[in-house]
Amino acid sequence: MTGEVLLEIRDLHIEGRAGDDWLPIIEGVDLTLRKGEVLGLIGESGAGKSTLGLAAMGFARDGCRISRGEIRFDGIDLRKAPETQKRRLRGQRIAYVAQSAAASFNPAHKLIDQYCEVPVLKGIARKTAAAEAVTLYRKMQLPAPEEIGFRYPHQVSGGQLQRAMTAMAMACHPDLIIFDEPTTALDVTTQIEVLAAIRDIVRDYDTAAIYITHDLAVVAQMADRIKILLRGCEVEEADTRSMLAAPRADYTKSLWAVRSFARPETPAPAGPPLLSVQGVTAGYGKADILHDVSFDIHPGRTLAVVGESGSGKSTVARVITGLLPPRAGAVLLEGQALPPDYRARTRDQLRQCQMIYQMADTALNPKLRLRELIGRPAQMYLGLQGRKLRERVRELLDLIELEPDSFIDRLPSELSGGQKQRIGIARALAAEPKLIICDEVTSALDQIVQEGILRLLDRLQRELGLAYMFITHDLATVRAIADDVVVMQHGRIVEQGPKPRVFAPPHEPYTELLLSSVPQMDPDWLTNLLKARA
Amino acid sequence: MGVLIFLVLFIAASIPLSWSFRAGLARVLPRHMKSAARDMPLTAAFGIMVIAVYILVAIFAPLLAPFPERAVVGTQFQPWDSTHLLGTDRLGRDMLSRLIYGARNTVGIAFATTALAFLVGSLLGILAALRGGWLDQGLSRFVDALMAIPSLIFALLLLTIFGTSVLTLILVIAAVDATRVYRIARSVGEGIVVMDYIEAARLRGEGNWYLIRREILPNALAPLVAEFGLRFCFVFLTISSLSFLGLGIQPPTADWGSMVRDNATLITFGNVTPLLPAGAIALLTVAVNFVVDWQLYRASGLKEQVG
Repeated sequence: MTGEVLLEIRDLHIEGRAGDDWLPIIEGVDLTLRKGEVLGLIGESGAGKSTLGLAAMGFARDGCRISRGEIRFDGIDLRKAPETQKRRLRGQRIAYVAQSAAASFNPAHKLIDQYCEVPVLKGIARKTAAAEAVTLYRKMQLPAPEEIGFRYPHQVSGGQLQRAMTAMAMACHPDLIIFDEPTTALDVTTQIEVLAAIRDIVRDYDTAAIYITHDLAVVAQMADRIKILLRGCEVEEADTRSMLAAPRADYTKSLWAVRSFARPETPAPAGPPLLSVQGVTAGYGKADILHDVSFDIHPGRTLAVVGESGSGKSTVARVITGLLPPRAGAVLLEGQALPPDYRARTRDQLRQCQMIYQMADTALNPKLRLRELIGRPAQMYLGLQGRKLRERVRELLDLIELEPDSFIDRLPSELSGGQKQRIGIARALAAEPKLIICDEVTSALDQIVQEGILRLLDRLQRELGLAYMFITHDLATVRAIADDVVVMQHGRIVEQGPKPRVFAPPHEPYTELLLSSVPQMDPDWLTNLLKARA
Repeated sequence: MGVLIFLVLFIAASIPLSWSFRAGLARVLPRHMKSAARDMPLTAAFGIMVIAVYILVAIFAPLLAPFPERAVVGTQFQPWDSTHLLGTDRLGRDMLSRLIYGARNTVGIAFATTALAFLVGSLLGILAALRGGWLDQGLSRFVDALMAIPSLIFALLLLTIFGTSVLTLILVIAAVDATRVYRIARSVGEGIVVMDYIEAARLRGEGNWYLIRREILPNALAPLVAEFGLRFCFVFLTISSLSFLGLGIQPPTADWGSMVRDNATLITFGNVTPLLPAGAIALLTVAVNFVVDWQLYRASGLKEQVG
């Protein structure tokens, strides 16, 4: 790449306050971005990707400070520039697209009003800005571009909102856009649309971009160059193709290897199923969400339930646990019908079927110590007390590979995301269940952490003979861990069977769509896929 | 002018006092509480110190007071002198002694009332949030109905019906205040019961009492503690206004609210004595809220979010 240098960061140090001390977040990172170039920033959470992205706007979050280094945007020193000048730059020449569009839009204003805010500030007439908005909405391939701007944020889907936000960022034709994980919260099928739209618009407007993500396959589609961060330091930087073909640093290689986890094939199930869902129809209010859903879960096996958001896969879990009594059909545990409402179930029936949640943050009571969080189910179901209970908690912590002595008295806020999810697993294990329902347990985690959790679940299954019901939209996870697969769409089962059969052609059209939407490491994957679909 | 100088001197003196109090606390307390004591702001140390002094005074009132609470020991409205440090009131009772006994009566009753209001209000509020349905509807509408009646009039009504003893006073004011606490506890509880960890605990088969005690209450504590500080002051004022109307703490029991009223005439002569009980109320209010602010800061986890 040759071209004028747009953004130059030299020896940047950023620190965050921890009590009275300042701890380093970014330690001496250099970055050069030329006009029209897309740079991918990759790292685990806590690597400082977002902090670096914000620093490119000359901004540090509350409680953080830029302690050393130089940030030059188009010749302007952002560390020395007065606040008014920086404010003018932001929004007009540098734009930012946040991870959660739903949380970043003001729910009380229409999309187009929020779009027009910055252009009007810049002195463009509102009518012109609105017309431009429609053009951009069309470019972003939003449905009904003339009308969608007049909706409120809650009236459009997550993927559309993310595209509307990108359109908003493009409003003033900025020179630089910072994308902070714009597709992480989206389904694979939606993700493709957003990725394609972002890529085209960045190329059309010849905008430079910093694309922050933890998903390698995504960044491979978007970026010209990739920079890898680890704990605030740069690991390596190279252009995309050479980075993918020949990573140099060990850390990079380990990132590349993550997706390789796969467990051996298991023989077909024999004997009666552990849990059987029979002809379940359920829903909220008048609308049915599930239509005649039936499947079996066998002891010691993993059943993956796959589908986009809104396909009803979490509703299935609510029916099984008894939170949502079905309108028709039944749930059988070891041949015995379970009462539809969890309040009518016996303690032993409740114990057999435990749940692990997607967001470990909200699934663990923030005010309880791990001792009680994990100990409570053992105390309640198995009647353990005093020393026996303490021993059991230590045993469970050992089982999930956390050191008992240093963890037993911690609060959830003193744990990392992956550790919290491990505590969720330990809490489920404490009840000594036969079935564990895992609701998107890895989707909020980094890939390396994800792999650790999957390996742990796999080990536990082999050691304890557990059955899992794995609800996910991530097909890579399904490939790694499932024995049987159920594919759901609009509350109906599209296809089900053992993994090799479902994943081998010929596919149902919807399964085909899901499978082909999983990003591949190949940098030409998106281009080829769009060509093939066109 | 004199008051101003007094205020400046008071603040100047309280800073080193609170500082040394904090240092002393940090030394005396057991290990796990030590760091909390060392990190607390001076305002909180000041608050704790003041509250501690009030409690000590309330407990040891008979030892500290130079004269009995109710005895007439001099002539009316004596000025400050060496026997009666703060003079005497309109019946000739010793002001200082009554001020000291007043700590016991007023603070004790206000605290008991607030505590009762919180016990009842927050438990019912959280239970309503947790159970929902008809229980929630029934309780909430009942509370709405109670709140529709002006609280002072309602309290007056109840006190006339049940008579004015200290116990009915506590029960009546607690009942009125519990409605406010109920609403706060319920709205805080509503936000908590939708969390996944509550769902997990329900699916585990936990009963209501465990859910309230271990899962919800610890998470609802911060706003409730803040409200406690505020409510405590309101209860104080309610007791004073009821005393003023003759339905609160009955004479001859010493109470700061009625002491202000009884001796108010002195102010016209430029004497500040009637302001002392009012000042005692104000100081305690400030102290309680300093401590509450500090607890709030600790409980809300503001420190953890930084970085």
